[in-house]
Amino acid sequence: MRHMLSTRDLDRDAAVGILDIAEDMADVATRAVPKLPTLRGKTVANLFFEDSTRTRLSFEAAAKRLSADVITFSAKGSSVSKGESLKDTAQTIAAMGIDAVVLRHGASGAASVLANSGWIDAAVVNAGDGTHEHPTQALLDAYSIRKRLHGTASRGRDLDGIRVTIVGDILHSRVARSNVTLLTTLGAHVTLVAPATLLPVGVRSWPVAVTHDLDAAIASGADAIMMLRVQSERMNAAYFPSEREYARQWGLDDVRFGRLGPDTMVLHPGPMNRGFEISAAAADSARSVVLDQVTNGVSIRMAVLYLVLAGAMEAKS
Amino acid sequence: MAARTVLHQADITRALTRISHEILEANSGASDLVLLGIPTRGVLLADRIGAIIGALEPGFGTAGERVGALDVTMYRDDLGRQPTRTPSPTRVPATGIDGATVVLVDDVLYSGRTIRAALDALGDLGRPRAVRLAVLVDRGHRELPIRADFVGKNLPSSVHERINVRLAETDGDDLVEIS
Repeated sequence: MRHMLSTRDLDRDAAVGILDIAEDMADVATRAVPKLPTLRGKTVANLFFEDSTRTRLSFEAAAKRLSADVITFSAKGSSVSKGESLKDTAQTIAAMGIDAVVLRHGASGAASVLANSGWIDAAVVNAGDGTHEHPTQALLDAYSIRKRLHGTASRGRDLDGIRVTIVGDILHSRVARSNVTLLTTLGAHVTLVAPATLLPVGVRSWPVAVTHDLDAAIASGADAIMMLRVQSERMNAAYFPSEREYARQWGLDDVRFGRLGPDTMVLHPGPMNRGFEISAAAADSARSVVLDQVTNGVSIRMAVLYLVLAGAMEAKS
Repeated sequence: MAARTVLHQADITRALTRISHEILEANSGASDLVLLGIPTRGVLLADRIGAIIGALEPGFGTAGERVGALDVTMYRDDLGRQPTRTPSPTRVPATGIDGATVVLVDDVLYSGRTIRAALDALGDLGRPRAVRLAVLVDRGHRELPIRADFVGKNLPSSVHERINVRLAETDGDDLVEIS
């Protein structure tokens, strides 16, 4: 694998393969020495043009567990605020000799541009581009669901027939887009629940069921329910009347949480707005896999970095 | 060149039985003994040796409690020269390997680089009291100062020849051939 740009590039076998390698990576964390020498001598640059806590730390931890060196760049306090372009920033960092770039950028398609422009030779891993894709997040969500369902017998399995309900700000969510593609590829049935204003144009052509009624979606049952953060920073218009009304209609409050099936797991990509899209009781319950998602994120990112960096350089296309 | 069979099923079984006895003799019994197979066929051979030892020494357990698998993919020195390899699971017995005598099991010993990687991997798992090496076939051409303690068959070969180990669990039959 040369780059990791989009979940669309993954077929079922490739996706299951990444999840299986992540299982091996997760085992490493339990050892006396939780570190592998695999990427010794490789340098990974984290280019974060948007704010991030868990994704940046997760990629950094993953690279370090594989013995790679890490350079971290965040746009705040850098020359980007002086007007430097993505191309110049990337080439500057590439000139320092790096093997992979982990890119988070506010523009949809930024990772693809960087990978296919010929500006740099390094492998590119998309860590979120605008409202487009966030493939490693979708992989860790699929991994978390599979792990919670099948435990130690997870290896080699897909998510055939699993019902996943994704709730909230679909319009601005790259997590939702990547998840719809990946979960469908793995055989899951995805239902989207959102106010009409927070559904993207063309959602009817996606391979999903769409509803505006969270209570009905909960009543029809699901194996996993994924609450999305309302991305106020991307909102340039009034998409719903007030936060309270949104929470009332589309938030996972204590009453709705009580109506979930006993085995329904609760996911959230973080950061959570407690009391808004998810209640504290739901976030902290035993059915919540929010912290598992963070742990599993490191394993998934180790698997992805291994796949893009460890093999012989494939012919550049 | 046509393939020539050097070990048949009965030969393989005899070799594994002898190796099992030799392991027990060298270790003065099965106490603190852990077998770790190197994927893929080393794992199958470790399982078979474990079953034989379990039948001989009741304390060893017959359910494979002290038999595991040690994947060395992440420790190889040739990762950058080949297409990406897919790692296999590592399984370590619940008793761990600290203070144990670990016998690494592989099908063919050749350059010794796989065993070098296995020794590194083992060091990250714990600190065994001793590490031994059992192989079904030793074909020579070592590139590192590594030797096997228990050998099924020494098979002098040319570097241009291929040694092909087939085991019933994955390949349908038991066979070692040279071509």
